[in-house]
Amino acid sequence: MFEQVSANNNGELVINVGPQHPATHGVLHLLITLHGETVTKLEPNLGYIHRSIEKMCESLSYRQFIYTTSRMDYLSSHINNHACALGVEKAMQIEIPERAEYIRVLMSELTRLASHQLWWGAMAMDLGALSPFFYAFREREVINDIMEETCGARLTMNYFVPGGVMYDIHPNFVKRVKDFIVLFKSKIAEYDELVTGNVIFQNRMKNIGIISKEDAISYGCTGPTARGSGVSCDVRKNYPYSIYKNVQFDEVLEYGCDAFSRYQVRIKEMYQSVRIIEQLIDQIPEGEFQAKTKAVIKLPKGEFYTRVETARGELGVYIVSEGGTTPYRIKFRSPGFSNLSALEHMVKGHKIGDLVAIMGVLDLVIPDIDR
Amino acid sequence: MITFLKQYFTDIYEAIVSLLKGMKLTGYYFTHHKEIITQEYPENRATLNLPERFRGEVVMPHDENNEHACTGCSACELACPNGTIKILNKFEVNAEGKKKKAIDTFVYHLELCTMCNLCIVACPTDAIKMAQTFEHSVFDRSLLTKKLNQPNSKLREGIE
Repeated sequence: MFEQVSANNNGELVINVGPQHPATHGVLHLLITLHGETVTKLEPNLGYIHRSIEKMCESLSYRQFIYTTSRMDYLSSHINNHACALGVEKAMQIEIPERAEYIRVLMSELTRLASHQLWWGAMAMDLGALSPFFYAFREREVINDIMEETCGARLTMNYFVPGGVMYDIHPNFVKRVKDFIVLFKSKIAEYDELVTGNVIFQNRMKNIGIISKEDAISYGCTGPTARGSGVSCDVRKNYPYSIYKNVQFDEVLEYGCDAFSRYQVRIKEMYQSVRIIEQLIDQIPEGEFQAKTKAVIKLPKGEFYTRVETARGELGVYIVSEGGTTPYRIKFRSPGFSNLSALEHMVKGHKIGDLVAIMGVLDLVIPDIDR
Repeated sequence: MITFLKQYFTDIYEAIVSLLKGMKLTGYYFTHHKEIITQEYPENRATLNLPERFRGEVVMPHDENNEHACTGCSACELACPNGTIKILNKFEVNAEGKKKKAIDTFVYHLELCTMCNLCIVACPTDAIKMAQTFEHSVFDRSLLTKKLNQPNSKLREGIE
């Protein structure tokens, strides 16, 4: 696999980007064939952070396996945990209390905001602007503090359990979230002022990384990557889970098919997340936060599939049960893997300098791709 | 040719204007030091205020009589996904001559722990809890294997 930096007979140059490269945001290895400065072939080489999470899950009980999914897409750990908890609850056929549903959706949307903020900062940093990174982290820190107070952790929470959530929300939670929303609304205008409105940034992002609607569907792209090409694929809207059917929000669609459209989808999604949080924060019902479940969970024999919308796209959890206390097989359909497969199609024919911009806007999280 | 030149210079002008807009914002934060929220970590150690639920490491609280609440039921050991906890039991003979199960050693492998909190939730007597400590670096790996129950500690009266 490891080809040396070398020129072949056609005058093409093969270079390695990664596994240790600041623009890949992790241990992703790309083999790029260049003709001059133009990318003619791109081949991702995976496996540097493979921890065999799916195999590990086969030896863990249905309560225990949820914590491993926080380590897949670590920026949307709550949403990953949600997918697994939903799968187990679907198989057990239990209803979870409404309070738990509200807490889950609120936490998921806060996670989505935090994830998009980190993406925004990291992407601007890739393109050479360092200050947005610090501004994004400033707001993200507020969310992390809220999470820390209620869940006890900042990144790998493991807060959702089959039947509800692990703890009730902290007494300060509602007030702090409201304060954050007020703060964030004033700060998101700065995001637009600093980066979105910048003509240099727009010129760099427009008309690169083009993927048409048909190609986006055939590559299996989901999330903002596909919605930037006009594919309606928001699981929250099309196949509502939890209480998303009671919430008013718009599915953000852009039709530019280029990197700038995908950028705009993510920025607009932040506004929608704020809208969802605003609707729910005052209406958290009283009651139990966890349904009564048996100490040892046994699922009936069968196959169960659930999907949720993470910050990067559709996460599917496929559980095969043989009636025991541990799953027979678990498969995660991670959004990053499919989005990465479309990278070659997006980059081909563009300059190598654009690769960083296209990859930055894909928002790749490598542990999610490699599991 | 003239339209091209006009477009060329308009583009440059617009780029500079939008750049200055961004610079205005960074300049604002550069001159307003009160808005900076950076914490200087090792210096502010004394005033660090971690939330009550923060998961640092598993500890077993003991009261002033050197008594704890762990019955040695192994619920935490079964709940742990990584084999972090190992409970070694012994049998004590009490005053009435009956044999009673009690913990001999509560082994906790901090190096394997992922702070998932499942053991705390599983414990029926609230004998263990998460501590707010987070500076766990040591020079020798064996120091991370801890014995949570204190020497000569006993089970608190009235806990079954």
